[in-house]
Amino acid sequence: MKKTVFFGALTAAGLAAGMASAATLDDVKARGSLNCGVTTGLVGFAAPNAEGEWEGFDVGVCRAVAAAIFGDPTAVEFVPTTGQTRFTALASGEIDLLARNTTWTMSRDVDLKFEFVGVNYYDGQGFLVPKALGVTSATELDGATVCIQTGTTTELNLADYFRVNGITYEPVPIETNAEGQQQYLAGACDVYTTDASGLAATRATFENPNDHVLLPEIISKEPLGPLVRHGDNEWADIARWTLNALITAEELGVTSENIEELAATPGNNPEVNRLLGTEGELGAMLGLEADWAKNAIMAGGNYGELFEDNIGENTAIALARGLNAQWTDNGLIYSPPFR
Amino acid sequence: MSTLTDPPKPGFRLSQLIYDTRYRSITIQVIALVLIVGAFWWLGNNTVNNLNALGKDFDFGFLNSAAGYDINQRLIEYDNQMSHGRAALVGILNTLLVAFMGCVSALIIGVFVGVLRLSKNWVVSKLMAVYVEGFRNVPLLIWILLIGAVMSESMPQPREFRGEDATQSMYFSDNVAVTNRGIWIPRLGFANSISGEDAVAPIDGATPVAAGGADWLLILGTLALSLIAMRYVRNRADKVQQSTGDRPTIWYQQLAILVIPVGVVLIALGATIVSPYLKGFNFTEGTHLRNSLIALWVALSLYTGAFIAEIVRAGILAVSKGQSEAAAALGIQPSRTMKLVILPQAMRVIIPPLISQFLNLTKNSSLAIAVGYMDVRATLGGITINQTGRELEGMLLMGAFYLALSLLISGGMNYYNRSTQLAER
Amino acid sequence: MSDTPVTYVRTQMLDQQAPPTSEVGPVRWMRENLFSSPMNAILTILSLYVVYVVISHVGPWLVNGIWDADSLSECREIIAATGDGHHSAACFGVITARWHQLVFGYYPSELYWRPVLALVVFLVGIAPVMFPSLPRKLYIVTMAAPFLCFWLLWGGSIWFPIAIALGFGVGVVAHKLLDANVSSLAGMIGAILLPLIYWLYICGPLAGGLASIIPLGIEFVPSRSFGGFMLSIVIGLSAIVISLPLGILLALARRSDLFIIKTCAVVFIEVIRGIPLIVWLFTAQLLLNYFLPPGSSFDLTLRVIIMVTLFAAAYIAEVIRGGLAALPKGQYEGADSLGLNYWQSMQLIVLPQALKISIPGIVNTFIGLFKDTTLVVFIGLFDPLGIASAIRATTEWNGIYWELFLFIGIMFFISCFSMGRYSLYLEKKLQREHR
Repeated sequence: MKKTVFFGALTAAGLAAGMASAATLDDVKARGSLNCGVTTGLVGFAAPNAEGEWEGFDVGVCRAVAAAIFGDPTAVEFVPTTGQTRFTALASGEIDLLARNTTWTMSRDVDLKFEFVGVNYYDGQGFLVPKALGVTSATELDGATVCIQTGTTTELNLADYFRVNGITYEPVPIETNAEGQQQYLAGACDVYTTDASGLAATRATFENPNDHVLLPEIISKEPLGPLVRHGDNEWADIARWTLNALITAEELGVTSENIEELAATPGNNPEVNRLLGTEGELGAMLGLEADWAKNAIMAGGNYGELFEDNIGENTAIALARGLNAQWTDNGLIYSPPFR
Repeated sequence: MSTLTDPPKPGFRLSQLIYDTRYRSITIQVIALVLIVGAFWWLGNNTVNNLNALGKDFDFGFLNSAAGYDINQRLIEYDNQMSHGRAALVGILNTLLVAFMGCVSALIIGVFVGVLRLSKNWVVSKLMAVYVEGFRNVPLLIWILLIGAVMSESMPQPREFRGEDATQSMYFSDNVAVTNRGIWIPRLGFANSISGEDAVAPIDGATPVAAGGADWLLILGTLALSLIAMRYVRNRADKVQQSTGDRPTIWYQQLAILVIPVGVVLIALGATIVSPYLKGFNFTEGTHLRNSLIALWVALSLYTGAFIAEIVRAGILAVSKGQSEAAAALGIQPSRTMKLVILPQAMRVIIPPLISQFLNLTKNSSLAIAVGYMDVRATLGGITINQTGRELEGMLLMGAFYLALSLLISGGMNYYNRSTQLAER
Repeated sequence: MSDTPVTYVRTQMLDQQAPPTSEVGPVRWMRENLFSSPMNAILTILSLYVVYVVISHVGPWLVNGIWDADSLSECREIIAATGDGHHSAACFGVITARWHQLVFGYYPSELYWRPVLALVVFLVGIAPVMFPSLPRKLYIVTMAAPFLCFWLLWGGSIWFPIAIALGFGVGVVAHKLLDANVSSLAGMIGAILLPLIYWLYICGPLAGGLASIIPLGIEFVPSRSFGGFMLSIVIGLSAIVISLPLGILLALARRSDLFIIKTCAVVFIEVIRGIPLIVWLFTAQLLLNYFLPPGSSFDLTLRVIIMVTLFAAAYIAEVIRGGLAALPKGQYEGADSLGLNYWQSMQLIVLPQALKISIPGIVNTFIGLFKDTTLVVFIGLFDPLGIASAIRATTEWNGIYWELFLFIGIMFFISCFSMGRYSLYLEKKLQREHR
């Protein structure tokens, strides 16, 4: 194409983000880095630290995918997106992968033409209220003022829930979590509703977290996961199986500490061997190196390590594994076998 | 052989298209037209290709499907089962509301500050200068966020009004409640409402009242008729003054025409003031001016007001000093000189830039996004686009709305400007 | 008459007496300026009361501000330890800890000298335009400045900016040669077409080739690392600089006699000005990729710069149109009577004067644009406000609010206020010159 020559010059000068053609993997390899869409800032999930490096649970998924492709977890460009802009950024090819606590819904999958490659966090929409209100159930919230992030599924869930229960509410739309937190703490709304994980993360940063309670109602299913564009199955496979590799690694007890040892020589567990590339050709099937999964796991640890380091009980956010425990521990986290 | 040069050949040669200034302009325009049409064709073609590649179509049908989200401030009836189109309309009305309120208050603030800034009082003029420079030189967005934060951080919560040991109380004998969720003011309810809405008692035991569009239309219609009648009376007084030199006293007629018909209508409708009161989590009844509306409105008015103040000041300074001296010589009181002599002349200088400030304010109302005010950008251009994935259609509609609004305002104001312009010789 | 005896004549001058105390010094000043009428006295007292309320509320908070704290909780502990229990102290620790992000975004800290140097280069480049008394040789810097700034900011191989700059050289040479040897129209067309061909087909390979032969460059910084005030300044300045030529062309087109060209310019200007910037930014974010050939995709910062440039061009066009209209008609007629053609008369007579009148307006447009760059926060770019919310999203500073706004507001105030003063100074100077 003629026009692309000029754009090509700009690419070389670093101004063009790349081409969104059918073979995303080729584009990513040619570019030398993965463009990964994340939130503009949610504690524990994705936020830049004082040095400007991105950290968090969703960021961990991006780094794992980059490591699987390049063997280098830093070969990622993080593109901050808002609830309003994330889908267009993905559809237009500005980002290759969106890891921004996005709920997997049918219309997003089918109508917006995206492909969710799995679930990295099973969530549900909850309500956070001050203890002083004396509310114990969401059904008591008739007439309450509710802070809610716009452009999310929570907005629609909330409308449905209150309609079904025949109670009224006053929505206060907000753009970002930081804004919601400020409004809620100031008492400009009685209730803050979003994914329960986000509520826990937000509550953890309060001055007095114990003055606030999460109501028992979880009014929706919110399976959050990374997603890619429709139409490039090879690329979707890479993202999907990188996530699965992290999950399987935890299940099989492969951690960032023992992985070097396990990957050095084939051990006696054939699935670990296949996962780490010491046996079989799983990497080549994806079009990646044999040690792709090893690199992905080494980027930030297996699923469990990512969880514990970023949002687990020892962090400020202090989320319990709950639904997100391995299926062997009565959770929902379950990866298809590596075979 | 003739030494004479050839007479210019009749007819047309192709080279004239380039070298003859008469035809060259046509050539250039045709080339420009071709280039522009080509560029649009290229853009359109790209769009079609891109839409095909994404498997999307270009269809406004989404406007009829259920929106599914709620809007807190609605001037017309709306619930989440109504269509995206209706939601867009609610947003449009909210944009118009805040733009209108902002224009009115910005004008008032601007005129006051502009006049006060020229005051001989040192403290006042310096204070006004600080206000004007402070607002002009800091982005509007920061002001909106700041005022929104002031509203939500430093006002009392509704629950502080509750109970025997309430730490807060309402103003104006329990009629106005200022909270960090906005301000509740009393509203009018009509016991004999003609709008067909069900009458509901605001508090147990009170008269059941309702309020609907029809009631307000009736009141506003009466008011408009009264204004026309007042104008007629004033014109007649002018005529009497022209012919006899004496101006009949008409202020009591004017007042009667203004007050009596509206009063009669209000009494006939059974108007009662419905005050807000605390119920459950929030105040109820009355009119709720939400934080988002107040923050946006106040910030827009103060910001644009600072610009208008400068325009007003420049306009007043543009009136030559001889005018005020002439007014003094004619014996016009100093307090009336401003109103009768200076401002009318300054208006001619003020109005054109004032129009563009009103336009700016209207466009800046799209910053509603910063405080979550549900304007057209938030409904049609925000949530609807996000839930349906119709960026192209949604953005086109929103752009068309803003463009139409801008053209309407500037068209209307230009018409007014032309009618007040000095007929130049 | 003169012989009437005079009973008393003062023979020496009286000493000068001090004026009454009410007519001198601060008392007089106060009487005249503050309490000249009851109305004025009320206003004065009211104003002083407002000032008092503001200072008594904000003053202690400002003065007691804590400057050395690494997190909000630490800051709150310090306040609780020292204060009287009220939360009336600011936590400016966030600014000492994060000022570099507020100013430079996520630009690598060891490369901060580059944007600073770029700003210096830009200022030196713009100096001869702003202050005509400077030597004209400085115009060389003016011409090189855009490319140098671009290279300093983004880095990478030096050959790309040089190769792109060469395109303008190609244009100038083509114009000179064709204008002299063929015709002026051919010169015009050549000056536009040849550089375009060069940029489309030759520039990229040439730069690539040179870069592979002599790899000369500095570390490349992706535009995603740009943020804070640096991003605002980069967007604002590049938009203004690029929009100037566009704005001039649009203004000329709008005043043109050619119907189609005039209509196009009017439609473009009115459409751009009729729609809020934020809608245009969302267009850049959501729609621009639809309009480009399938597969091509720009980086967001560049898309924003393009959109803001188009936006600014419409406003600049109106400012320059005002300048063109303010020029006395005799200047146009004088140019015509000298036998200059349209482009010559514009270039030699009209534009130099019109642009000079327009400079204050251009500066004002820039101030507005600079303030409007805060809107890019809504499409996920890290302008100062975006950085502020990113800072608030970290565990250390979660919940901090006023201090960041105050800092950002003051920074904007200082820059916009000083530019506003400059434009005022220019206006006054122009008025003096035109007398």
